[in-house]
Amino acid sequence: MTDAPVHPPIIVGAGPAGVRAAETLVAAGLRPLVIDEAARWGGQIYRQPPEGFQRPKRALYGFEAGKADALHRAMADILPAVDYRPRSLVWNVENSALDVARDGRSETVPFSHLILAPGATDRVLPFPGWTTPGVFTLGGSQVALKFQGCAVGSRVLFLGTGPLLYLVAYQYAKAGATVAGVLDTSGFADQARAVPGMLRDPATFAKGVYYVGWLRAHGVPVHSGVRPVRIEGADRVEALVWRRNGREQRTACDAVAFGLGLRPETQLADLAGCRFRFDAMDRAWVPERSAAGRTSVAGVYVAGDSAGIAGADAAEMAGERAALALLEDLGRPVDSTRAALLEQNLAASARFRRALTDAFPFPTDWAAAVPDDTPVCRCEEVSAGTLRKAARDGEAAEINRLKALTRVGMGRCQGRMCGAAAAEILSQALGTGPDAVGRLRGQPPVKPLPFSAGILDKEAAP
Amino acid sequence: MPLLQRVAETSRRAVPFVLDGRPCEALEGDTILTALLTNGEQLRRSEFSGQPRAGFCLMGACQDCWVRLEDGRRLRACSNFIEPGMHVVTGAQPGAQP
Ligand SMILES: Cc1cc2nc3c(=O)[nH]c(=O)nc-3n(C[C@H](O)[C@H](O)[C@H](O)COP(=O)(O)OP(=O)(O)OC[C@H]3O[C@@H](n4cnc5c(N)ncnc54)[C@H](O)[C@@H]3O)c2cc1C
Ligand code: FES
Repeated sequence: MTDAPVHPPIIVGAGPAGVRAAETLVAAGLRPLVIDEAARWGGQIYRQPPEGFQRPKRALYGFEAGKADALHRAMADILPAVDYRPRSLVWNVENSALDVARDGRSETVPFSHLILAPGATDRVLPFPGWTTPGVFTLGGSQVALKFQGCAVGSRVLFLGTGPLLYLVAYQYAKAGATVAGVLDTSGFADQARAVPGMLRDPATFAKGVYYVGWLRAHGVPVHSGVRPVRIEGADRVEALVWRRNGREQRTACDAVAFGLGLRPETQLADLAGCRFRFDAMDRAWVPERSAAGRTSVAGVYVAGDSAGIAGADAAEMAGERAALALLEDLGRPVDSTRAALLEQNLAASARFRRALTDAFPFPTDWAAAVPDDTPVCRCEEVSAGTLRKAARDGEAAEINRLKALTRVGMGRCQGRMCGAAAAEILSQALGTGPDAVGRLRGQPPVKPLPFSAGILDKEAAP
Repeated sequence: MPLLQRVAETSRRAVPFVLDGRPCEALEGDTILTALLTNGEQLRRSEFSGQPRAGFCLMGACQDCWVRLEDGRRLRACSNFIEPGMHVVTGAQPGAQP
């Protein structure tokens, strides 16, 4: 056996990818540092409610309760063997060290080997009224239910596309909330075309069919091929006006749960110096990685949705595979049959993912239809018109230039909520594809630090 | 009517707090966002347009939910828990604008 590394390996994120990575490293006799922003492990899909909440896992995770329980137990079992840091935000990567903020203080933690598994957030595009109280992301609406036992309104309308759209609507209805409808931006034809591909994973396909069938059977209106027109209501949502086949309709509701699939959380990989590539399927820039999860930077690995959206099962496999790669790179013996099997299964899930993208395509016509006065940036309220003007004037041929000129992507969210829209609007104005306008660069802190930065005492790790 | 509706987990212990000077009740384990939006309709006003905001992502990504405590601290409402006796200022009431 080789010597233990100078620094313990670090895993960022305690979701499906991070937990399986940690488990694999512990099994090899290492003591990884697991840093997670959340108060409890589980990540997004298997997010645990705060201590003292009582719903059983079956109620929280439905068909996925068994997997949730297995993942929660896996982490509980290795807790004594990991240095687990919950409620800790990694806000910078620089000179082979992480800056980690916890309880208003920050420390610098050096690393030699780093697995990044920070997951994803909802992908959104702007539409008139989308900043009105009562419009929440789809994932956020699920967080309210799973993590807080709340519905985001008393009559909730679901808008967007992707498997989560139907899942969360179903979870709301099951929990006793009123679902005003499900408005899918993708068309029926998209879904029909994708059926053969989705049958690669019959269990997942069957669950999707079940949710849609259940919603319809319970009288929930489900429409496809929808585009939003505007939210009605000044200080809170009163209705959504939407369009289908050229005809406008209005649905009264007091909340809208909205999402167009997910976008990978890539800022940390960017700050770590990883090379990126444009992924046509995610319609986003993602870190380059090998099948094992190695990035272009030695000692830095990516796993799970942050490396490209692939779902929770794939995240578990990718986490384990990345940890095996890390062990290989430390010169430790690893089970190569296991590694090959994981890669094979990951390739299969990528093929299924492709079918999902066909079934729930990104609405490429949406951005062009956003009126000039609609804010694209929620943080600083930069409008679509401002972006179009900068592009038309020929001053911004690239997204970071657009950012410098208009401040889009410069606000507190660092482009998480406006980045996709800014790229779409710029590329449309320039008559190119979103891959041709470059990518927004990550900047520290990747999320604003609590209190003010001045209060933070930055101290070196012992 | 409050924005958020409780549909489960209602037998938790009550947590008293103060919202724009008004005594309110939340439940133990509520985030500040849940505490505020089960008692009201918004978290803050945009410093640009003055329009009300009530959070968006609920997972620490959008930064829409920053609130101010009376002691001057600023917190992300979706990712911090309510504590007994907290005084939160949303600017919803005229004159309470930060
Ligand atoms: C809100 C939401 C709900 C979802 N619900 C479902 C569902 O019900 N069913 C389903 O099939 N799929 C769901 N998905 C998709 C699902 O997230 C993924 O398939 C799966 O959770 C990915 O696992 P992961 O380990 O890659 O990342 P995640 O599970 O997202 O875990 C990432 C972890 O990293 C932490 N983190 C992120 N950034 C930092 C940082 N800078 N510093 C420290 N920690 C950080 C996060 O707090 C999180 O705990 C959901 C996605 C989202 C965003
Ligand atoms: S609601 Fe998005 S960061 Fe809190």
